[in-house]
Amino acid sequence: MIGVEHYLVVGAILFVLGVLGIFLNRKNVIVILMAVELILLAVNINLVAFSAFMDDLVGQVFAMLVLTVAAAEAAIGLAILVIYFRGRGTIAVDDVNRMKG
Amino acid sequence: MIQALAFYLFAGLVIASAVMVIMSRNPVHSVLWLILAFFNAAGLMVLVGAEFIAMLLVIVYVGAVAVLFLFVVMMLDIDFAAMRAGFIKNFPLGIAIAAILLAELLLGIGAYNAGGLELGTPDGAATQGVGQSNIEAIGGLLYGRYILLFEVAGIILLVAMIGAIVLTFQPPKPGARGRQNVGKQIARRPHEATVMKNPEVGQGVEL
Repeated sequence: MIGVEHYLVVGAILFVLGVLGIFLNRKNVIVILMAVELILLAVNINLVAFSAFMDDLVGQVFAMLVLTVAAAEAAIGLAILVIYFRGRGTIAVDDVNRMKG
Repeated sequence: MIQALAFYLFAGLVIASAVMVIMSRNPVHSVLWLILAFFNAAGLMVLVGAEFIAMLLVIVYVGAVAVLFLFVVMMLDIDFAAMRAGFIKNFPLGIAIAAILLAELLLGIGAYNAGGLELGTPDGAATQGVGQSNIEAIGGLLYGRYILLFEVAGIILLVAMIGAIVLTFQPPKPGARGRQNVGKQIARRPHEATVMKNPEVGQGVEL
């Protein structure tokens, strides 16, 4: 029998994989952005699971808003990445110190 | 029985593809694994009857965000081999922190399973009516009680769109060929642009 806890475990594992991805690919901004998408996907799975479990559709409305913010974040992040690459010819993030002044 | 089978199929595939997203050597492969992860997450959501979010996930993520990632990955010509240099160095720390995080989350879920905390019952829960489809119910909620949130979501997308355009817009170089002079085009009038001629036969037109 599949319960809400199964969904929560899947969400937890996805979330941890996203965090791990940020740690492992510290130099590659593109993969870091993808890991952030994984984290937001885990959040969405939790919201939808609880929405179904409690028979309350508000969770799905919130999941839609999380989706909106994730899409906006991806667009802005990739735009920043493109201008960063245009200016420096690399996207290595471990020496990003342009704003140090 | 078949529900459990479908759940374990989708859950296993979403976790396996998430592992491949962060472990893949080539970012293009990462994006493709991300698409598979989103498809399987959409399957998980269909299983609990949230068709609207599942379709949104496929359309927004697979159709827009993943393609955007793919586009940027392929547009930026980067030496990805050099980017993997820190991978081994960060591996033990990353695994340790991930293990702690996972243990904590599973502990929380176990505590919830064992009874959890009683925080009172929510009042005015928005339930899906009998015989009402998921999309219909969400639509009623979205355009009714949560109309403000819906409009804020639209504003967020508008700001993100304008921001992305402003960030990546490159003004054309002055004097470049093929540039339109919009003011000159609008100031043009018919009587100065066209002229009537009535040439003799065989004379040709002199402009």
